[in-house]
Amino acid sequence: MDILITGLLLGGTYALIAMGLNLQYGMARIMNLANGEFLVAGGFAAFWFYTAGQVSPLLTTFIVAPLAFGLNWLIYVVMLRPLVRRAKSHGQLEVDAILTTFGLAFVSVGIMLALFGGDYFSYSYLARPITLIGDTYGLNRVTAAVAAVIICGGLWLWLNRTRAGMSIRAIAVDPKSARLVGIDVPKLSALAFALGGAVTAVGGALISTFLTLDASTGVMFTLKALVIVIMGGVGDVRGTIVAALLLGILETFVATLIDPGLTLAAAYLLFVLILLFRPQGLFGRRTT
Amino acid sequence: MKRRNLFGLAAALTVATALSGPLAAQETLKIGAVGPKTGPLAGGGAVTFWPNVQLWANDVNEAGGIDVGGTKMMVEIIEYDDQTNPGETIKAVQRLATQDEADFILAPYGTGLNIASAPIFERYGYPMVTHTAISDQIADLSGKFPNMYFLLGGATGLAGGVVDVLTQMRDAGEIGNSVAMVNVADAFGIELAEAARPQFEAAGFEIVYDSSYPLGTQDLSPVINGARDSNPDAFVAWSYPPDTFGLTEQAQIAGLAPKAFYTAVATAFPSYGARFGAAAEGVLGAGGVFADGDAFKDYAARHEAVTGAKPDFWASAPAYASFQILQQAIEGAGTTDKAAVAEFIAKNDFDTIIGPITWDENNSNAKYWTVGQWQGGVFKGVASTGRDGAVAAMPKTGWE
Repeated sequence: MDILITGLLLGGTYALIAMGLNLQYGMARIMNLANGEFLVAGGFAAFWFYTAGQVSPLLTTFIVAPLAFGLNWLIYVVMLRPLVRRAKSHGQLEVDAILTTFGLAFVSVGIMLALFGGDYFSYSYLARPITLIGDTYGLNRVTAAVAAVIICGGLWLWLNRTRAGMSIRAIAVDPKSARLVGIDVPKLSALAFALGGAVTAVGGALISTFLTLDASTGVMFTLKALVIVIMGGVGDVRGTIVAALLLGILETFVATLIDPGLTLAAAYLLFVLILLFRPQGLFGRRTT
Repeated sequence: MKRRNLFGLAAALTVATALSGPLAAQETLKIGAVGPKTGPLAGGGAVTFWPNVQLWANDVNEAGGIDVGGTKMMVEIIEYDDQTNPGETIKAVQRLATQDEADFILAPYGTGLNIASAPIFERYGYPMVTHTAISDQIADLSGKFPNMYFLLGGATGLAGGVVDVLTQMRDAGEIGNSVAMVNVADAFGIELAEAARPQFEAAGFEIVYDSSYPLGTQDLSPVINGARDSNPDAFVAWSYPPDTFGLTEQAQIAGLAPKAFYTAVATAFPSYGARFGAAAEGVLGAGGVFADGDAFKDYAARHEAVTGAKPDFWASAPAYASFQILQQAIEGAGTTDKAAVAEFIAKNDFDTIIGPITWDENNSNAKYWTVGQWQGGVFKGVASTGRDGAVAAMPKTGWE
């Protein structure tokens, strides 16, 4: 039982890490390699507000979200829209986006180093035990998992129940046809990209309550997010959630019952198996 | 990513103009500094390495420079970020040697990066006084690279210190016989776990939980829960900075509160004490210093005044001491000739902020700190291989 709960909590963390990238890659069709840097920036904001003014990281998310949304909107409009315009094919856009955001990742790391220095930003917030069904868990992890449920649930409802959400899903399926039915593709792509950035930064703020980050740890999170998004199926919120939970439970199961040293091996074995038998991801659509 | 130390340059220029330039061609000593500003070791480098480079350059230039055979020479630091990538460390050292024509190069940060760049230091004839290289291959390395020196000790000694401290606590009746040991699955963690295992057994301890976890593990609760369920008298983790914080926090949450709790790298960082506050009291960790000694107190005050940050309680002072050794060797040899300076290092003892340094047959400082403990908000050395100033280790009483 405690394996299941620990695994679900870890899965919640993974969902926070990966959901933003899914919006950016799946919906806005930008493979954003600087995604992890926004997560770290969100974490730093939480650290800074907490150590400077004892502001709860949960409150900080309400400051971080609009800031990250605005910044990512700007990045999309200034840096990425020209790429989308001139790309002749999806493949070309993918290559261009990877190169551009790879550079952006370096620039972000440099800016963060200059602003915050290279030291670890670590603080204690809600590092108290909470008892669930007979075993104790960190309150900060439980809080982050609850927030993940709220954020993912909200996104799912928004994408499935609102007009803007459905339009974005239409773009994810086929941007060319979406334009034919009167969807403002450039505007909604920017919205999806900015929203993805905001979700990532909020995730970072929540994760920083229990993980120790520094200015250059972003790439680790980008990689994990990429694995989860691809496992779940690009452009599908359900897929990301299921993949994140699956990975969390698998890693905890292996760590507890077999050996903590094998968690990475187990995670990548799962990744390889999914790629072998369902290359489009758990919930992905088969491309023709 | 190259940044010249503007302060040093400005100071050097001022002096150069003051002397109105009749001096020989070179008035400044170019000193290369290579270390991680990005990548996995950046956090450690930002605490231990870079501030000491800054402090040392500041101290030297404030005192009027290094005395090279009667001429006072200011130092100019040329910094390169190696991205925690051994290939980049090698390239940067090469660039310093050939393009920047650095007079001397400070040893890089971290065991792996030092070992990777040792052949390049050797090829260009630079003496290499390492401050953050911990290995049991010191004899082998110093045989291959005669200009390589070691200040921080070896893995066997570091692990042995922990075994000694736990043995003393057991003999005093403070803890029992069972040890839970975990390590990060990385060069440092594996080497130390392998060094510790036979020593624990020889000392009569029973290892009741023995496990490793990958670098960058995001949830350490299975590790801590496993250790807790084995109900150990002592918990020992050969850990790296992010997991040192993670393990400590998780131990508090899961209620793992043995009388002896040890985490390795970063336990000696000021941010560890700042984050865990009173809960850090009694935590054992790798390193230690003679924290109550005047030399360290004076150094810590200058470190904070110049760099705005506190030094850590382990490798910070040895890092500074390694720069002092280079400085004293240049002054002692009275020349910037690399071979002469290297020879001076080999043949002499040095007096540094961590006390006197004498080299053993493997060019290694045989007297180093191995274990420290947070006591009253300060991380004090409790065990060493011959340094003065150790205090007694005390049993930890829970996390409150």
